[in-house]
Amino acid sequence: MSELLQFLFSGVTVGAVYALVALGFTIIYNASDVVNFAQGEFVMLGGMITFAAHAAGLPLPLAAILAIALSAALGVAMNKLAVEPARGAPVVSLIIITIGASIFIQGAAQIVFGKQIHSFPAFSGDAPIRVAGATILPQSLWVIGGAVAVFVALWLFFTRTLLGRAVLATSNNRLAAQLVGINTNFVMTLSFALSAGIGALAGVLATPITLTAYNVGIAFALKGFAGAMLGGMGNPKGALVGGFSIGLIEALTAGYLSSTYKDAAAFVVILAVLFLMPQGLFGRKSTDRV
Amino acid sequence: MKTTTAIATLMAPGLTVLALTTPALAEIRIGASLSATGPAAFLGDPQVKTLEMLVEELNAKGGINGEEVTLIHYDDGGDPNKARTFATRLIEDDEVVAIIGGTTTGATMSILSVAEDAEIPFISLAGAIEIIDPVRPFTFKTPHTDRMACQKIFEDIQARGFTKVAMISGTDGFGASMQAQCKEVIGDYGLTLVADESYNPTDADMTAQLTKIRNTEGVEALVNPGFGQGPSIVTRNYAQLGLEIPFYQSHGVASNGFIDLAGADAAEGVRLPGTALLVADILPEGDAQREVAVAYKTAFEEATGTPVSTFGGYAHDAFLILTDAIARAGSSEPQAIRDAIEATTGLVGTTGTYSFTPEDHLGLDLSAFRMLEIRDGAWTTVE
Repeated sequence: MSELLQFLFSGVTVGAVYALVALGFTIIYNASDVVNFAQGEFVMLGGMITFAAHAAGLPLPLAAILAIALSAALGVAMNKLAVEPARGAPVVSLIIITIGASIFIQGAAQIVFGKQIHSFPAFSGDAPIRVAGATILPQSLWVIGGAVAVFVALWLFFTRTLLGRAVLATSNNRLAAQLVGINTNFVMTLSFALSAGIGALAGVLATPITLTAYNVGIAFALKGFAGAMLGGMGNPKGALVGGFSIGLIEALTAGYLSSTYKDAAAFVVILAVLFLMPQGLFGRKSTDRV
Repeated sequence: MKTTTAIATLMAPGLTVLALTTPALAEIRIGASLSATGPAAFLGDPQVKTLEMLVEELNAKGGINGEEVTLIHYDDGGDPNKARTFATRLIEDDEVVAIIGGTTTGATMSILSVAEDAEIPFISLAGAIEIIDPVRPFTFKTPHTDRMACQKIFEDIQARGFTKVAMISGTDGFGASMQAQCKEVIGDYGLTLVADESYNPTDADMTAQLTKIRNTEGVEALVNPGFGQGPSIVTRNYAQLGLEIPFYQSHGVASNGFIDLAGADAAEGVRLPGTALLVADILPEGDAQREVAVAYKTAFEEATGTPVSTFGGYAHDAFLILTDAIARAGSSEPQAIRDAIEATTGLVGTTGTYSFTPEDHLGLDLSAFRMLEIRDGAWTTVE
């Protein structure tokens, strides 16, 4: 029993990180149908800037806020400098632009922050919490809490606010959205800022567990992307469920079968789900209703 | 002796005769192809900085036998294809007399074939045993092999009277290679492998694998081959689960960064085979390696402001072996340098004391490794 519980804790810890990254994909995707492959770099920046600011003497909460703000600003810059000039380009070109931006950010981070692996102290200490013979780190609870909070905020944003609906409208039909008075350029800028901010938040929360280095972004982006695909791209609920599912499948496979097959098991499940439900578990349903 | 002036090099690379009239401008060209960027940048970066620092230092002291040393360095990013291209360029265009490089085993194997064909001495900084086994005439290497790390760890486990060992290995090149080598030699020490788990180098949590190991009947010691952030996370999870079996890391994480990342509390009691460089400060006065290790550590940390690493030490030793050989050969002909490298005996480096023979192009034995233990957030040696 304690064994199963430990596997579940492990899966939830990892899954929460994937879910947070997956949630970051949803906003830009909803605004423009673009999968932003630089999302992982924002996660990396969140961790790296927090580390650098903390090492320079700033208190941790301030360093974290600074990291999120700077990453959001960088997201805006990326939109203005790289994505907006290519406005008329097909979605595939825009996705390739985000891959380019990702390589650029990674290269710049390597020069600015160096190539060492970094971390900073966990928010509530390192003493594990014991539940029925299994253990979980307090920082895992922060990540899980962060994922759930971001999910709730996004869900409210997309369903309850005018701005959120404007984002969805821009995605559905940019021209029609402009005709009804939506400033689509502003919507794009806003979505990049929010996405980058959420990515950086993921980095801030996850770094005490995952550690960070200039090149961790790709791994985050791939696993987060897998989570988002499994759940249904663009749906916050899908991102949350997809991220946690992948984490749990990995941990349970590692625990009961073999750690050699854990990545394979996760991808087999993703393939099977996408084969039967090409739109992912929660598909497009909620966005189409708008 | 091959000596060229800058002008002669530009105008007529082949006409070295011309250059003999102006020996004051002589130079010895040493090539390097390292992973300053890419996935192995963690290793390659200190190596590049080390070589640049040492060349500067050497030239300030008047070079080798009065000849200036020029370092020509390319960044192969750990990519074997790029490494092959750069090795060819170093030999054909830059006309180097020797090559240091190959941060990774993959890059090394590419450079190796080019260097052997051109009969240019090549000193590799990568770990795998395949580099020097079978022995190739022009290829040498400075780091210990993975197999030696396994042997050192198993020797210690055996001495402590344990027999049942569990392994948790990274699936990256380093972890996978060491895992395979460990499995090959584990029987020699009368030990049995009771659990063999793995993790992806980018994984964030390994408690599932460790729980499985904890629940394995009779497991007495845990070994973790891997480098990068993986071993730090394994160490944290080990502490999180309250595991108490003796825990061994590999030389892949032999740096102070590991203690910082894993946390001093979690890393308490962890043992690993490391080099003298890591414990330079606490080496006893009479230790043969003390002087060279302290000198390199001090110079590197002053020049770069970053803590010294075992991997930079490999580059230090390669440069030391090469320059020592060129000085003894009194010539910068590749063949003469090769012969002089092979004749190196008792050369003290940061990694160990090198003595090459025609049958042994690594030149180190198990004594080069020191069994270290982390106590109160610092390294101590285990006698």
